Parts: sequence; structure tokens; C-alpha cells
Amino acid sequence: MIRRGQPVAVPWTALLWLGLIVASVILAEHAKDLSRAWDARWLMKVPSELRIPLKAEVSAFMAWLVEDVRFGPVAFTDITRGMAWLVEQPYDFARALLQSGLTRGQGEGAEQVAPPLSWIAVIAAVVAMGHYARSWTLAAFVGACFLYLAVFGQWDSAMVTLASITIAVPIGVAGGLVLGIAGWRWRAVDAVLRPVLDLMQTVPIFAYLVPILFLFGFGPVAALIATVIYAMPPMVRITTLALRGVPAEIRGFAVMAGCTPSQQLWKVLVPSAMPSLMVGVNQVIMLSLNMVIIASMIGAGGLGFDVLSALRRLDIGAGLEAGLAIVVLAIALDRLSQAFANRPSPTHASQHLPFVRRHPWSLTVALVILGTALLGLVMPAVQSYPDGLTLTTGRFWSDVVETINVRYFDQLEAVKTFMLLNILIPVKRVLLGLPWPWVIGLVTLAGWQLGGWRLALLCFGLSGFLAVNGLWDDAMTTVYLCGVSVAIAGLIGIPLGILATTGSRMGRVIAAVIDTLQTLPSFVYLIPVVMLFRVGDFAAMIAVVLYALAPAVRYTAHGIQAISPQLIEAGIAAGCTRWQLLTRIRLPLALPDIMLGINQTIMLALSMLVITALVGTRDLGQEVYIALTKADTGRGIVAGLGVAAIAIIADRLIAAGAQRARRRLGLAG
Amino acid sequence: MQDPPVTLTCRNVWKVFGDGARRVLDAHDGHPPAEALREAGLIGAVQDASLEVRRGEIFVIMGLSGSGKSTLVRCLSRLIEPTGGQVLFDGQDLLRASRREMIEIRRHKMGMVFQHFALLPHLSVLENVAFPLRVQGVPPGAREERARESITLVGLRGREHYFPRELSGGQQQRVGIARSLVVEPEVWFLDEPFSALDPLIRREMQDEFLRLQTMLHKTIVFITHDVEEAIRLADHIAIMKDGEIIQIATPERLVLEPATEYVAEFTRHIPRGKVVTLASAMTPGPAPGAVAGALSARARVAEVADQVEAAGQPFAVVDDDETVVGHIDGRTVVDILIGRPVRGGEGPR
Ligand SMILES: Nc1ncnc2c1ncn2[C@@H]1O[C@H](COP(=O)(O)OP(=O)(O)OP(=O)(O)O)[C@@H](O)[C@H]1O
Ligand SMILES: [Mg+2]
Repeated sequence: MIRRGQPVAVPWTALLWLGLIVASVILAEHAKDLSRAWDARWLMKVPSELRIPLKAEVSAFMAWLVEDVRFGPVAFTDITRGMAWLVEQPYDFARALLQSGLTRGQGEGAEQVAPPLSWIAVIAAVVAMGHYARSWTLAAFVGACFLYLAVFGQWDSAMVTLASITIAVPIGVAGGLVLGIAGWRWRAVDAVLRPVLDLMQTVPIFAYLVPILFLFGFGPVAALIATVIYAMPPMVRITTLALRGVPAEIRGFAVMAGCTPSQQLWKVLVPSAMPSLMVGVNQVIMLSLNMVIIASMIGAGGLGFDVLSALRRLDIGAGLEAGLAIVVLAIALDRLSQAFANRPSPTHASQHLPFVRRHPWSLTVALVILGTALLGLVMPAVQSYPDGLTLTTGRFWSDVVETINVRYFDQLEAVKTFMLLNILIPVKRVLLGLPWPWVIGLVTLAGWQLGGWRLALLCFGLSGFLAVNGLWDDAMTTVYLCGVSVAIAGLIGIPLGILATTGSRMGRVIAAVIDTLQTLPSFVYLIPVVMLFRVGDFAAMIAVVLYALAPAVRYTAHGIQAISPQLIEAGIAAGCTRWQLLTRIRLPLALPDIMLGINQTIMLALSMLVITALVGTRDLGQEVYIALTKADTGRGIVAGLGVAAIAIIADRLIAAGAQRARRRLGLAG
Repeated sequence: MQDPPVTLTCRNVWKVFGDGARRVLDAHDGHPPAEALREAGLIGAVQDASLEVRRGEIFVIMGLSGSGKSTLVRCLSRLIEPTGGQVLFDGQDLLRASRREMIEIRRHKMGMVFQHFALLPHLSVLENVAFPLRVQGVPPGAREERARESITLVGLRGREHYFPRELSGGQQQRVGIARSLVVEPEVWFLDEPFSALDPLIRREMQDEFLRLQTMLHKTIVFITHDVEEAIRLADHIAIMKDGEIIQIATPERLVLEPATEYVAEFTRHIPRGKVVTLASAMTPGPAPGAVAGALSARARVAEVADQVEAAGQPFAVVDDDETVVGHIDGRTVVDILIGRPVRGGEGPR
């Protein structure tokens, strides 16, 4: 292909960066000695004069908020308590309905007034929903998923989790809808919301937990609030976009029909935007499920708690069982909500049937609920799945892991040692050995080259933030773990993405696997990794790679599929071999998309790193985790912002690079 | 015959898009020259438009894409706020009406049909048509009955429970028409209602539209970019170009006396016989010799061509009172039909 523009510029920058990298490696080796020889320790360690006491200030602010802030007679804590109460009521009800039953009295003396819904009733309800949303196939699938929960003894925990999901999702959807509408209606609100949402997406979830724990205390309500805050942002964005996307003519019609502003919104715009809004609902559900384990750190019970406590006990079997139950629940809810979102719209044939014919399933389910409730009074097996019939796979999994560990110990250990010695440790040494001003300089230079002085300033400011807050070493450890993981994810993901576009059976299998991987809560990846490799950087890296692989595959596949077929035909007509087609046409043209995929991979990797803190990494994630266990708000928030700073630097640099690549390829102006 | 009263008037209406439009308009006393707009980076979508629509007539606004037709009709219904000018509806200044008053006017006196139908996808035909009544708070029974009447009127009976995506484009627009008529509006705005349809269906819908109008006698503002459609339907046509109205006339006068070269270019391919009436084509005064019969001065040339040609003798032309006002012979008819300059110097060169 012919590249117009400066033909010399490309090798020049490439040479410059090659030189800088070599220099960095050499520098990292000797920086410590040099700084000692020159008596310039500040090169390696940010001097205390430059530090700012942000952590202490944030902590003091939070304390002030909780202790001193009053609005007239109302203290700030009254507001948080009020919010907690508001959330608690529906949660208690949902939990009573699904798991505990209605009780009277408190604590030990509580007696059950009414039992919860029987397992049969719940399964009947999801089967009916599956059939209503799509087909008998889906109904059977979700029914089987829920039956699995009962048979494998996870029912009670699963219902606790389901109760919090059924409360978190409507609150998240309603809140997102309201904020999204406000953002659509008033430009000013949008201008405020947008950067906040951007930041929320990059700050790791753990960092939210600390202030929430501080404000709402430990317990299911705090967990629910954290879940809502985490799951709401996509709904806000999607609502604003969906409303903007309603055709101008439909808006015009609403006005011409004489709708009042609220009629325009609720009777015309929101219903017209419904298909897009349903995508948002699906997102809220998936993110809520993703929070299940994390939320259990601040008091959510259920499956998340089971996983967490099993991980802490290193009880592999139990952890895996509960983890699988989360996966099953997640997949079932995902398919169900997607089916609702893509439900074929009604046709005239379905209209005008008598009520019973139109709603056969709601009636059946109501009957099943009533019937099983009555029958449950005399037959306990109808009320709750009989313990005698549960299967447990915990032992089995423990044995499997045991066997693998015993039989393949040497091989596993060899892989681990090889990776540690040849990749992880050298990279870590280089990054931690570099003087901090050098790194800030490099990042700023990259910003300047890719996006001009604004980006340079942003990079300088954000990397400076890490330095002045005393997060430097943790940040470098984060960059190292993230960098290695992303590189490996890219090395595996891009070829898989290419394979996925070949249209072969292999490609379809890859696509399906990636789809499923994306529905799994991030935590689940930790379980098998810990089983096989125990704790440490290597285990963390594997978990991160598994979790962050999907976008690399997806974007690569998407980028290649989006190439105009005419270009490919032109290549074939020019006599390119298949290999040449790939390397000369497909990959270069897909480059901008691949870069965006890598960008997403980095974002996911960073969010996963905070979770891998559980397996003993020493990075910013660990800092947040420690802050959480000590309820130290300042430390948690500042470390969380540190992760966000890294995420933003990576995001902006890559976006600028992708933009340049796109312009060079003439894909966008 | 006396002209019916004016229902809708717009005077010197401007719609200028861009920041600071009002300021530029005020700075030039309400009549900014094109350069001033261009310098300020503004788009003059409608410039100094004035027109009058009389009760019961079909007023067509015609122009090429981007000439400002939609913007003008949206100013008339105040769907967008004009930058300057006046819009009078039944003597009331619409631009001074409060939000509440506008809602009332739109609920009871205005109906609008959209180019891409603007049907609500989640509602059935019946619910779509009943929608304007629903937002007014008409009880379900009454609104359903009126919606059914409206649906019957446009010939969609039996499809009440279909959903928009189960219907063809033409049927969807029938729903749009039924919906806009359900409130029995006084003025009826149609923004390129048939442009998204295939030519055959378009023709069928035009016939349907004319049939409805002979029954309902609405005051209509109809937008199109299709000259033949305009000529076919209009009582009066306003031609727009680059935001300005350059001529308002009956179809006949438009063809016979185009105001500018641009209008002439537009109407060049219109078969004159279908537009020109005998009143324009005849030679004034009684025929010198015997006549084969009498024809109405309102008849179009094409309608009587066969008759006149076959007779071999001139016909007398009579007005509504049966008074002879002129005569016409086969030669003149042929001249007009084949587009040759007519004796008497009428029509374009
Ligand atoms: N909201 C807007 N902001 C800026 N410019 C606009 C806006 N709406 C319309 N315009 C401009 O005003 C001019 C007239 O547009 P309008 O839609 O009225 O044309 P039209 O005659 O209806 O064309 P069409 O036949 O394509 O519907 C166009 O140049 C258009 O770009
Ligand atoms: Mg238009």
C-alpha cells in the first residue's frame, strides 16, 4: 500500500522509541547505584517535600461529613440512614419471598409466619418467563439452570443472591433512567454527568466500597447500594443515547398530537426507545451479578459470600461449587433478559384473545405458587428441595484438583517458574528500577507525540498524581502486572480473533466461548487459578489474562469483518497470497479496531487487578483492599483514583494512537 | 364566485439556524441580506416567507430538497419557533400563544402527516389512531369508536389490530392519515406524505387524498418536491428556493406565467393540456360561424380535446352563468396539447 504523508516520520519515531526503551532497560539496571553515587536519592524515591496529604484530607472530609454535616435539623447521617431504610424495605421483602419466609419477632425467637416461595414455584416462574420471552427451548434452559441450583445444594444462597439482584436491578434501572432523562433534557446535567460516568468506569469497584462501608456500615444494604452504584452508569448512558436516537418525526408527532411535556416523554419517547433501553437493563443485570462476590465483602450474603469464604479457607471444592452456581445464575439471567430485550414484537394475531388465552403462563404460575404453598404445608419436599437428594460436587472437584496438583505438580511448577523468571520478574525489575522522573518524562513525551500538548499535559498531571501521593511503587507494580497480562492476552486474543473470522466451525466455537466468558463475573476466574497455582503474581496474571481476553478477540474479529470486501477482492485480483492478504490488507486495516480492543483489555485488566489483590499481589489493588479491610476511606479513594489515573493515561494514549492510525489509513477524517 | 376566508396567514416569517440568529435579524431590521447571514455562519432555512391559506383549499408548498419546506410548515404549526415574523391562525397570533394554548390548538385544530409516517411501533393501528384522543383524556370507549371511524375512512377496516411493521408503506401512511384526522382538525399539514412510497402507490394515495378532501373540505398545507403531484392536487402552489418563496399562484398561472426562469424550468415538462383551462385557451368573443356545442370555461383542455378535435367545428365557451365568453377550435387545442406557442401569445415561448 502507498503511504502518503511523511515517509521518514514513521521510522524516525520508531527509532526514537526503540532507543528510549533500550536506554530505560540499561538505566533501570544502574539507576539505584547512580542515585547513590550522586547522592540523589530523590531520583528513586519521591521526596517528602513533594508529597501531598490527600489521603488524610479525604479521610478527614469523610469524618466531617458523617459527624458534623447538618442541613437544619437533618444530619447527614440521617440522610444515609433514610436511604438505607428505603432500600432495606423492599430487600427484606424480596428476601422473605425467596428465601427466609415472612417472620415475626427478632433474632432467635423469630417464628416463621409464611414460608418463602417453594423451589417448584420459582422454577415454574422462570420457565414461564423463558417461554413468554422466547421459546420452549429457552424455558427449558433457564428451568434447568435453576434446577441445577436446587439439585446441587446452592438453592438457599442463590435465592439470597437473587433477592438482592431483584432489588438492585429495578433501582439501578429506575435511577439510570431518571439520570439519563435528565441528561437528555438538560445540557448542563449531561455536561456534569458525562465526566463523572467516565471516571466511575475507570475507578475500580473496590474504591467505591470503602466510602460506602463508611457511610452505610457493614451489611446487605451497603452491599446493595454498592451494587446499584456500580451497575447504574451504563443505564444512564444508554437512556440518554436512546432518547436522542428517537427519530425527529416521532418527536414532532408527539408535539403535534398535543402531548404535554410529560406525555411526550412517557407516552411517546420512552416507549419508542424501549428496545435500546432493554439493552441497558441487560447491562444492569450483568453488572449486578458481577458485583455479587465483591459486594459480599461488605456484607452481602448468598453465593458471593460462599465463594469468598471458601477462597479464604482455600476450600477449593466449595468455592468452585458456589462459583459455578453464580455462573449458572448469571447465564440464566443473561439469556432471559436478552430474550426479553429481543422479544419479537406482538402481532395482530396475538391481540383480542380472552384474558386466559393471552396470559396462560401467568395464570399457571399463580396456580403453581398457590398449589405448592398449600402442598408444602404437608409435604416439606415440595416447599424446599429435599436435602437427601442434593448432589455435591465439592469433593469431586477437590479430588480433581488434588490429582492434577499431585500428578502434574512438576509441569505446573515448571511453567510457573519459567514465566516468573523469564518474563514477570525481569519486567518488574525494569519498571521498579526506573527513576520516577524518567517515567513521567516518557509518558509525557508519548502524550505529546500522539496527541499534542494537551494530552502531554494530561499524562504529566496524572502520572504526577501517582508520584505525589506516594503511590509510585504500587503504581509501577500495577503497570507491570497489567502490562504483562495485556501483552499475553493480546498475543493469544488477536490470533483467536483472526481465526474467529474465518467462518469455520472453529471460528464459531471461539465466538461462543468468548460470549460465555464475558458473562462470567470477574471473580470466578480466580477460583481455578488459585487451585492450580496458589497465590502470587503468576496466579494473578493468569486470572487477569482469562478475564481480559474477550475484548482482544472481539475487536480483532470485528475489525477484520468490517473491512470492505472490495478491498479484499482488489487484493485477490492483485495476486496476493492468503498470507499477504492477512498481513498486508486485513491486519493493517483492522489495526484501529485492534487497538481499541487492547484498550478495553487494559481496562478490564485493571479492574481485575484489584480483585487479584486477594491472592496477594503488591500493587494498587492491594492498597485498596487493605483500605477496605481497615475502612480507611482516604487511603482507599486515593489508591482507587491512582488506578483510574493509570487507566485514563492508557485509554487516552491508545485512543490517540488509534485515531492517528485511522487517519493514516484514510478511514476517518 | 366569492373567495372563502383566509384561515392561516404567515407574514415575513424567518427561520435562521445558528447561534445569535435573533441578534443578526434585529441588527438588520428584520431583513438581513444573504451575505450577513453567511458571514455570521447562519443558515437561513426560511427567509421572509409570506402566504395566505384559504379555508377549504389545498395549498401546496413545493421546492427541491433543502429549500426549507419542512422548516416553513413547522413554523406554521410552531413545531419550531420562527426567528421572526407572524403566524395568524383564525385571527390568533400563534407566536404569542402560551404553551397551554398551543397544546389546546394542536389537540383540536391541527393535524399533521409525516413523510416517514412517525407511527409508534409499540401500538397497534387502532391504538395509534386513537393516540391523539388518548392524550386529550377522551374515555376509551369513545376514542375507540372515533378511531374506528377514521380507520374506515382511509380504507383500513379489518386491520385495526395490526402493528405498523405488519403493514406496507402505503398502508402505514393511511394509518398516519387516519391518525391526523381523528381529532377532526381544521388545518391539516402534510409534509411530503407520499414521497417515501413507490410511484404506483403514490398515485393511488393521491387519488385517495383527493377523495377524502371532496368529503372533508379541510384547509390543507401540503408539502411536496414533486411538481406533478403539486399540479395535480393544488388550488395554490408556493414555490420555494433556498429558503425564499419565489412565486405563489394557481397551477395554471404558474405554468402560463412563471415568475422566474427557475419556475419556468420547473414547469417546462408539465403537459399544458392538463393545466390550462378553456378560459385561458379560448379566443374571446362568440365564434364567427356555427358552433358544435358549449363547454365550461373551467374545463381543462385535455379533458375536452377529443370532443373538440372530432367535431371539426369550434365550440362556444361559457362561464358559470351559461353566458358565452369565447370560443375554441381544434387547432388551438392541438397547439396546447403538443406545447406549441398558442396564438394570442399565452404560455411560455
Ligand atoms: N435543526 C437544524 N439546524 C440547522 N440547520 C437546519 C436544521 N433543520 C434544517 N436545517 C437546514 O435548513 C434547510 C432547509 O431544511 P428543510 O428540512 O426545511 O428542507 P426541505 O425543503 O424540507 O427538504 P427535504 O425535501 O429534504 O425535506 C436545509 O439547508 C437544512 O440543512
Ligand atoms: Mg422536508
